[in-house]
Amino acid sequence: MNETHLKIEQHQDFIKITSFGDWTLYTEPAIDKVIREIKPQKDIVWDLSNITSFDSAGVLLFIKYLKNFKKTNSVKVIGYTEEQMRFYTLLQTHNNDDEIPSRDKNIFHRIGKETLVRYEEFTAYLNFSGHVTLSFLRYFVNPRNFRYKEMMYHIHKSGMNALLIVALTSFLVGLVISYQSSVQLAKFGAEIFIVDMAGISIARELGPMITAIVVAGRSGSAYTAQIGAMKITEEISAMRTMGFDPYYFLVLPRVFALMIALPLLIFFADIVGIMGSMFAAKMELNISYTQFINRLQEVVDAKHFWIGIIKGPIFAMLIALIGCFRGLQVSDDTESIGAQTTASVVNSIFVVIAFDALFSVLLTQWGI
Amino acid sequence: MKAIEVRDIVTQFGSTVIHDRISLDINQGEIYGILGESGSGKSLLMKEMNMLLEPRSGKIKVLGYDLSTITYREAQSLRQQWGILFQFGALFSSLTVAENIKLQLKEYTDISPQMCDQLVKMKISMVGLPARTGALYPSELSGGMVKRAALARALAMDPKLLFLDEPTSGLDPIGARNFDKLILELRDLLGITVVMITHDLSSIYSIIDRFCVLADKHVVAEGTLKNVLQSNHPFIERFFKNEYAQKHYDKITKKKKIKNVQ
Repeated sequence: MNETHLKIEQHQDFIKITSFGDWTLYTEPAIDKVIREIKPQKDIVWDLSNITSFDSAGVLLFIKYLKNFKKTNSVKVIGYTEEQMRFYTLLQTHNNDDEIPSRDKNIFHRIGKETLVRYEEFTAYLNFSGHVTLSFLRYFVNPRNFRYKEMMYHIHKSGMNALLIVALTSFLVGLVISYQSSVQLAKFGAEIFIVDMAGISIARELGPMITAIVVAGRSGSAYTAQIGAMKITEEISAMRTMGFDPYYFLVLPRVFALMIALPLLIFFADIVGIMGSMFAAKMELNISYTQFINRLQEVVDAKHFWIGIIKGPIFAMLIALIGCFRGLQVSDDTESIGAQTTASVVNSIFVVIAFDALFSVLLTQWGI
Repeated sequence: MKAIEVRDIVTQFGSTVIHDRISLDINQGEIYGILGESGSGKSLLMKEMNMLLEPRSGKIKVLGYDLSTITYREAQSLRQQWGILFQFGALFSSLTVAENIKLQLKEYTDISPQMCDQLVKMKISMVGLPARTGALYPSELSGGMVKRAALARALAMDPKLLFLDEPTSGLDPIGARNFDKLILELRDLLGITVVMITHDLSSIYSIIDRFCVLADKHVVAEGTLKNVLQSNHPFIERFFKNEYAQKHYDKITKKKKIKNVQ
């Protein structure tokens, strides 16, 4: 028996329990194990005079077993100090049977709630789109309201500063595409067709898509986090009370900035991507740069390039709108910033790919 | 016995000096206030005591541990002996109030889940919140409730040392006085040492034993209210010797006198 905290003596007509040492959070489990074994058949005398230190866990344990013992026998507590008594009284007043309700709900509750959340998100998005459209239309009434400075700032942030990462990704993608297909083309002796393949696929599909995905990950998420943080610190509420419409000041400048920046980035990505495939063609198939460029001008129509560029503003609008919408959806706890930023990136990448597929099918149907 | 010793602390960011060789002592079992103008580095001093920030030079001893030479193991044990109430609560937003309070108990002790729940319920009741608050998330609480819940979390491990950063700011006057009373009660019962940053005149007049005043990068006065009032530093003049503070002081001291007579 653990005698550092508890001693039990059986007397003729009573049991004497003596508490020793520390009755604290750290010793409570050990004491509980010992005290649980006591099966009182006789009256109890509980001596507290040897306790050196105690805290609420210790006192709570005492309260619990005192109550238990009192159910069957009479208990006499001796040797307690004034301090212990006061602490006991304090805890006793706060030791009520009110239960903390559980937050765990069953599966149906969760399904229902999730459904409602989706529905609310959908209506919120409609609401958001309406606001954006109205704010946009108001520019025609009052074009001076346009925030050029903010827009320029965001073109710089989301466009200029993305040049390096866009260059790197598109160069590598161009390189890998040519590198992989060169082996297959060489089998047929159709080496020179590498130019057709790389030129068309990069200008028409890969350039815009890679750029849009990079920008969605880079700027879309930033928009969500910025606006979300402003929402938490109540900056957006402050703006509203001062009569500054957040759609004017925050959403539209970002949307227009990205719509200008993305086509330019795509143009840049096309160039660097084709350079990448030129490099691979030279390495793998020994096609000289002059040969590659001459062939490129012959086979790749300008329309492929234009189709790629046209996708730019559309993707940009989708990414920026989703980014800003998700930012405004942030509620006032820190966790929701993370959740909304994730949702922003996932949504915008998915939407970009879905729209790309739609373009692909439609344009092929129309024979462009 | 000293709970905290601060010796010659220098705090500096770039070329801005915040504290210039500050020294102060906090005795065990007292309620100690830190007072000062905004920007005088009250919160920074508290952060240095809490090992969240290292001073440029100087020495801080908390409960006998020298913070400049403390080992990881000692630091972890020290962190279980204090409780800290942040100005805006700093409750973990992904956890309910009950889970917030439970966190350290679960992590550092082996107590049974039932005991743990009971302790949590008691702490919630102790700070004057109804039990159902335990199931709420911090974002569902009002400002005053956040403060109380955060105090409950700070008290979870029955700390020997309690740091409070502006505990009564943002509370209604009645709530603030109850908060003061609670702190006083806890100190009397458990012998907790309380270190609080405060601007609340009522707290200063009624519950604080000793306090220091930070201004111009130095401690310009330290001691009991009487000691501090003897100083004629401009900040102390402005803070204590205006009409409002005087009236307030008279009211509180009068009440005490009446009580004594009765």
